[in-house]
Amino acid sequence: MRLQNVLMIMLITLFVSCGGGEKKDTSNNKKPAKKAAVKKTVTKTVATKKVKEEGIVDLNNKGIGPIKSVELTETIDKAMADKGAKVFKSKCSACHRTNRKFIGPNPTGILKRRSPEWVMNMILNPDEMVKNDPIAKELLMKFNGSPMANQNLSKEEARQVLEFFRTL
Amino acid sequence: MRTSFKFLILILSTSFLFVSCGNKGNNSNKSALNSSKAEKVYVAPGEHDSHYAFISGGYSGNLTVYGLPSGRMFKEIPVFSQFPTTGYGYSEETKPMLNTSFGQIPWDDSHHPDISQTNGVLDGRWIFINGNNTPRIARISLTTFETEEIIEVPNSAGNHSSSFITENTEYVVAGTRFSVPVPQVDVPINEYKGNFKGALSFIKVDKETGRMGIKFQILMPGFNYDLSHPGRDKSHGWFFFTTYNTEEASTLLEVNASQNDKDFIAAINWKKIEEYVDNGGGTKMPTNYAHNVYDEHTHTATSTMVKEVLTVNPADIPGAIYFLPTPKSPHGCDVDPTGEYIIGNGKLSADLTIHSFSKMLEAIENKKFDGEAYGIPILNYEDVLAGSVKSGGLGPLHTEFDGLGNAYTTFFISSEVVKWKIGTWEVIDRKPTYYSVGHLTIPGGNSRKPFGKYMFAMNKITKDRYLPTGPELEHSAQLYDISGDKMELLLDFPTHGEPHYAAAIPADIIKNNSKKFYRLDENKHPYAITSPADAKVVREGKDVHIYMSMIRSHFTPDNIEGVKVGDKVYFHITNHEQDFDVPHGFAMIGANNSELLIMPGQTKTLTWYPKKVGVWPFYCTDFCSALHQEMQGYIRVSPKNSDIKLSWSLDGE
Ligand SMILES: [Cu+2]
Repeated sequence: MRLQNVLMIMLITLFVSCGGGEKKDTSNNKKPAKKAAVKKTVTKTVATKKVKEEGIVDLNNKGIGPIKSVELTETIDKAMADKGAKVFKSKCSACHRTNRKFIGPNPTGILKRRSPEWVMNMILNPDEMVKNDPIAKELLMKFNGSPMANQNLSKEEARQVLEFFRTL
Repeated sequence: MRTSFKFLILILSTSFLFVSCGNKGNNSNKSALNSSKAEKVYVAPGEHDSHYAFISGGYSGNLTVYGLPSGRMFKEIPVFSQFPTTGYGYSEETKPMLNTSFGQIPWDDSHHPDISQTNGVLDGRWIFINGNNTPRIARISLTTFETEEIIEVPNSAGNHSSSFITENTEYVVAGTRFSVPVPQVDVPINEYKGNFKGALSFIKVDKETGRMGIKFQILMPGFNYDLSHPGRDKSHGWFFFTTYNTEEASTLLEVNASQNDKDFIAAINWKKIEEYVDNGGGTKMPTNYAHNVYDEHTHTATSTMVKEVLTVNPADIPGAIYFLPTPKSPHGCDVDPTGEYIIGNGKLSADLTIHSFSKMLEAIENKKFDGEAYGIPILNYEDVLAGSVKSGGLGPLHTEFDGLGNAYTTFFISSEVVKWKIGTWEVIDRKPTYYSVGHLTIPGGNSRKPFGKYMFAMNKITKDRYLPTGPELEHSAQLYDISGDKMELLLDFPTHGEPHYAAAIPADIIKNNSKKFYRLDENKHPYAITSPADAKVVREGKDVHIYMSMIRSHFTPDNIEGVKVGDKVYFHITNHEQDFDVPHGFAMIGANNSELLIMPGQTKTLTWYPKKVGVWPFYCTDFCSALHQEMQGYIRVSPKNSDIKLSWSLDGE
C-alpha cells in the first residue's frame, strides 16, 4: 500500500506537469486536489475505491485505429446499450468496474473525458494505441503496465459497449 | 563492464577470423557454396516457412510440427501420451482421451502420420496417426492442432501398417503387425500356425466431421502386416499391405521369419468388401474397445466403450483379396501417384520390386494363379512384375515420389537415399544420410499430387552430427533440395523422440484456417464462466468446485477459504482472453498431476487434494504480461472438522 501511494504521488506529479499546459478546461484544476484528498484516506479504508478517477481529459483526440468518426444519437439507444452491457460483462468486466477504478480505468463518464472514436479505437486496437497514442501510453503507465487486452470485439460490439458507457 | 569487455574480445576475434579467412583465396569457392545452401534454408526473422512438416514423435507418443525449409520446431502436439506442458492427459477434460479397454494408458508409440485428402490431393483438414503399442488411431484437427479423436482397434496388436488413408479420406486403415488369437484366448504359443489371425481394420471417416468408426475388420492369415498404402487414381478402391513372417513362426523371428525367399503384398479390393458389408455381409463379433471424442466447444472429451465389431472372413468374398509374391521380407509398400506401380522394398534385398497394377488386373482376369494361401489366390511373380531397380544399396525401406516421374528410396543398411526413374528403373542419383535412415518424406509425396521441391530423410542414429549430450542424442532429419537432377543436402535438424514418419504440406493450405483463439461466446464447457461476475465456489459433500476466470494478470477469485483437508477440489478455469497466443497457466502447490495451460477462451479442470492445513498459493505459469509475477492467489485449507464457511473474493469484493 505504501509503495502504491508513493507511485500515485509520482504519477500525479507527472500528470500535473504534463497536463497543465495543454488543457483549457478549468475543471482540470480540481483533479489534483481531489486526488490529494484520496491519498490521505488510502491507508485506512476501502472507501477510497468509490472516489471518481477522472484522469486525463481530451475530447479532440480520436485515437488510432479503424474508427474515424462516430455519430451519437441525441437519445441513448436502449436496445443497443443493453447488448453493450452484455458484451461488457463477458469481455471487459475482468478488468473494469463501472463504480470504481479497478485493474483498468472506470468507464463511467468516459465520454466527458474522451471522444467516442478514441474509446472505440482503444477497444478495437489496444496494442497500437498503447504504443503510439499519448493518452493510452500514459494510462498504461498509470495502471502499472497492465495492458489493455484485445478482446477481439467486432466493430458492432464495440459500438454497443460505447452506447452502454453512455448510460453510466 | 565485464560484458562489454567480452564483447570487445568477440569483435576482435571475429575480425581476426574474418581477415584470416579472406586471405586464403582457395577457400572462397567452398564458402560461397555453403552460403548458397544457407540461403536456401534461411527464413528471415518475422517471415514464415513455406511448408509444414508433421513428424511423428515415435516413442514419445506425440506429433511434432516443424517448418520447412528452416527445420525449426513450432509445436509438440500431445496425442497418445500425457503432456505436462499443457496438462493433456492430466486435466479432467482430456483424461478420457487416453482411455482404452485396458484402462488409462498414458503412453504410446506413434508412427505414421497421414494428412486427409480430397481427390487424392492433400486438403489439410486433419492428420491421422497410429499408436503402435496399444492399437489406436488418432485424428488431429489442423485448425486447432489438437487431438480430437482416438479410436482403439480391437483384435489388433502392434498397429503398424497404419494410419494410411484413401484418396477421399473414405477410410483410414489400421493393419496389425503382430497376429494374435481372435478373439483372444489362453493357448500355447507354439500353436500359432493356422490359429492366429491378422486383423486389418477399415475405419470409416465422416466426410464433414471427420468422426471415425470401424466399419469392418478383415481377419487375414496369421502373417505380420508391416506397412500399407492405398491405391491412387487408377488403383483407387484397392489397398496394399506388405507382409513378413509368412512362415508363421512364433519364436526367433530374426531367423525363422526369413526362411521364405518371397513374402507377399496383399492386394485388397476394399470397394468390393465395402459392398459386401453394405449388403449385410460379415459377422458381428462381441468385443470391447474405447472410442474417445474431444468436443471443441465443450473443450471436453468423452470415452465410450464399443461392444461389437464387424468381421469379414476373406474366404467369404472371393475375388476381393490376392497375394503378390515379393522378395525378400518387404517392408515399405508404396504406390506411385498414377496408381500403376506398387513398390515393395525387400529389406533383406538390394533390389526393389515393382509390381504393375494393370498386369495384376490382367492376371486376375485370366485366373492365372500360382496356388493359394488360406483360400487367398497367389498370383505369379513374373505375371505382375513391372520391373526392378538394381540399386546396389542395402536394406531398402521406403519410397516417395516427386510427381515428375521420379522415385526416392531410403536404404537403411547403406544409409543413403537413391533417386530412380519410374518406368526405366534406372538409378539417377544417390546421396548419403547420417545415419541409418528409416522413412523419407516429400510434401504430398505419398498422394496423387506431390508438391516436390523438398525431401527429408529421418534417421535413427545421430552419432557425431551435433554437440554431444551424453550417451543419447535426439534423432535427426536431413533436408534435401530435390528441384534439380541431383539431390542436394541442405540442412540437419534434430527431432524429438523417434522421427518415425512424417507428412508435409505447403503452408498455405493450412495456415489461413488455423484457429487463433476460442470464442468465449461459443464456449459450451459445463463448468465455464463467461463473466468473472459468475465466479463462485460450490461445495457438494467433499467435492469443492471452483469456477474461476483468468485474464492478464489476475485470477477471479484469488482468495478462497473454507476448503478442508480430505476435500477433493476441482479448479474449473476459463481463460477470458480473446486474443491470439495469450494462454495462461495454472499451477497449484502439491498437486499430484500437472499444471494446466489454458488457451484464450478455453476452459480446463485440474483436480487437487488438499492434504495439509495452511494457506497455499497458486499461480500462472505462462509469462503473460509485465504483471505476470503478480498473477497469483491463495487457498486456505482448514482441518477436517473445521466449521469455516466457504468464501471467496477478489480485492475484497
Ligand atoms: Cu498469466
